[in-house]
Amino acid sequence: MSDNRLSVFKTYKLYVGGKFPRSESGRVYEVTDSKGKWLANAPQSSRKDARDAVVAARKAFGGWSGATAYNRGQILYRVAEMLEGRKDQFVREVADAEGLSKSKAAAVVDAAIDRWVWYAGWTDKIGQVVGGANPVAGPFFNLSTPEPTGVVTVLAPQESSFLGLVSVIAPVIATGNTAVVIASADSPLPALSLGEVLATSDLPGGVVNILSGKTSEIATPLASHQDVNAIDLTGADAALAKELEIAAADNLKRVLRPPVSRHHPEKGAQSAAPSSAVDSDGTADWTADPGTHRLTAFLETKTVWHPTGALGVSGSSY
Amino acid sequence: MPTTAPAFSDATASDSALRRFLHGLPGVDAVGLEARAASLGTRSIKTTAKAYAIDLAISMIDLTTLEGADTPGKVRALAAKAVHPDPTDRTTPRTAAVCVYPDMAATAVAALAGSGVKVASVATAFPAGRAALDVKLADVRDAVAAGADEIDMVIDRGAFLSGRYLKVYEEILAVKAQCARADGTDARLKVIFETGELSTYDNIRRASWLGMLAGADFIKTSTGKVATNATPANTLLMLEAVRDFRAQTGVQIGVKPAGGIRTSKDAVKFLVLVNETAGEDWLDNHWFRFGASSLLNDLLMQRQKLSTGRYSGPDYVTVD
Repeated sequence: MSDNRLSVFKTYKLYVGGKFPRSESGRVYEVTDSKGKWLANAPQSSRKDARDAVVAARKAFGGWSGATAYNRGQILYRVAEMLEGRKDQFVREVADAEGLSKSKAAAVVDAAIDRWVWYAGWTDKIGQVVGGANPVAGPFFNLSTPEPTGVVTVLAPQESSFLGLVSVIAPVIATGNTAVVIASADSPLPALSLGEVLATSDLPGGVVNILSGKTSEIATPLASHQDVNAIDLTGADAALAKELEIAAADNLKRVLRPPVSRHHPEKGAQSAAPSSAVDSDGTADWTADPGTHRLTAFLETKTVWHPTGALGVSGSSY
Repeated sequence: MPTTAPAFSDATASDSALRRFLHGLPGVDAVGLEARAASLGTRSIKTTAKAYAIDLAISMIDLTTLEGADTPGKVRALAAKAVHPDPTDRTTPRTAAVCVYPDMAATAVAALAGSGVKVASVATAFPAGRAALDVKLADVRDAVAAGADEIDMVIDRGAFLSGRYLKVYEEILAVKAQCARADGTDARLKVIFETGELSTYDNIRRASWLGMLAGADFIKTSTGKVATNATPANTLLMLEAVRDFRAQTGVQIGVKPAGGIRTSKDAVKFLVLVNETAGEDWLDNHWFRFGASSLLNDLLMQRQKLSTGRYSGPDYVTVD
C-alpha cells in the first residue's frame, strides 16, 4: 500500500425517510473531537428538514405501529446485530466524541448494544406489564391495552453521544412509535452513523429519522408542530426545555422532561418520570438500569368494555 | 353551432387538410421543453407572494371525486368542503368547482346552489372514452340536463393515435353541440387529451390545436386514471398552445392540469408556468384550473402554517 494515498473523507448525511439527504439548507458545520481537532463536517439541519422528517415519520407510523410486537422485536434485534458488526467504527467515533480511551469507548459501545437488545426484548412484553384485564362492577370484560402515542420528537442527550442516544431512541420505537431524533449538537457523528446501521437492518424507512445541527433551531418548530404527538426533552438545557414545553402545550403533546441539570439545579424542570438515574455530579447516568419509564412515557392506554352476556339469565359464573 | 375560428377554417375542411395542418405544427424540442419547465420550477416564492399563490391555487381547484365508490353523501361532503375548505378560517377562498360523474351532478348542483362554486361533470364514457358516439352524447346530455356548469370530455385516443384526426374533431364538435342549454347558454367544455397515452410531446401539441380548433373552452391534460398525469412539461406545452392560439385568433382558452398534483409546492410551480408562459390573463380560475383532490388539504395545511407560524398536520383538515 502506497504511503501517499489520498485520504477518503466521509460525508456524513442526515437519515430521513430511509434515505440519506443533505440538509435542504445546504449548510454544514464543523464537528471536532473533545480536544478541538476537526473530525468531519455534519449537515446543519433547518426547520424544513425537521418538517420533512415529520412527514416521513407520519408516513411510517401506520406500518410500524401495526406490525406485530414480535416482528418489531425481531427487527430491533437485527439492528443490534448490525451494530455489533460495525462496532469498531462506533468505538472510534465515541472515543473521539467523548474523549474516552479506546477500552472505555468499547465498554460504552458494548453497553449500548446490550441496551438495544434489552429494549428489543421488551416489545412483546410491555403490553402484559402495563395492560391487562380490569375487574369492573358489571357484566363486562374490561381490557386495557397500551398503544403507541405517534410521532415522537427526541432530543438526544448532548453528552452521551451513543449510549445515551440508543437509550432514548430504542424505547420510543420498541413500543411502535416513530421518531424524529435530534442528535447531540457537538457530537452528532455516532448518531449519523447509527442511521446507516438502521438503513440496513429491516427497519422500515421513516421509523427513525436523524437530524444533526443546532438543537434549538430544529427543536423549536418540532415542539410547535401540530403533527408531532410527543417530545422527549432529554437533550435540552433548562431554558430551552421550558420554552419547548410551552410550545408543545398547544396541541397537548406528551412531554418527557429532561433529568435535572447539574448546571442550574434551581431552574431545572422536575423530571416527570420516576427519574433516569442521575450521577453524583448531576448529569444523567446512562449506564444505570434504565427501568421501564422510557417505554411507558410514550404509550396511550386504550380500554375496551365488552359485554359478557346476560349474566343473571344464563346463570353464567363470569 | 360552434364554428372553427375563421383563421383556420381551411385546416378543418377535410381529414387530409387537418392532418396536413397538425403535422405542419413545429416539432417540440423535448429536452428544451423539460429544461424550461424544470428551470421555472426553481423560482422561490415566499411570504406574501406565497400566501397569494396559495389562495389563488385554492380558488382554482376543481375538487374531484371520481370513484366507483362515490355516494351522494360523499359528494355532499365534498361540496361542503368546496364552499368552506377550512371551516376554522372563513377567509379561505372557495374552490372553483366540484368535479363528479354525471349521475352525481344533480346531487352536487343541489348541494352547491347559490354558493358560486361550479359543478363540473366528466362525460363521454370517462375515463376510457370507449363507447359509441350516441352513448357519449347521451352521457353529456344527461350531465347538462342535471345542471352541470362544465363538461369534461375525453377524446378518442384510439382514433387520434391512428391518425383519424377529423373523427376526433367531429366528435368534439358533436359534444360541444350537446353542451347547449335550453336558455341559449352553453356549459363550458373541457377537452381531456390523456397526455399519458399520447406518447409524444408532438402529439400533445397536435391534440391541443385540434381541441382548440374544435371549440374547446378548456384543454385538460389527463383523467387522473393512468400512470402519467399532469407534468410541468406537458402543461407548459399546452400553455404555449393557448398563448399562440390567442395571438392568432383572439380567442382565449383555459388550461387544466389534472392528476398527480398533490403538494402546494407543485401547485405554485404550475402557477409560475402559467404566469411566465401564457401570462397574467390566465391567472384566474376562469382560465386555469387544477384537477385535484388531495392538493386542497396540503394547501390548507400550508395556509394554516402561514397564519399561525406552526406546522400543521393532517389531523387539522378533513379526511376525504
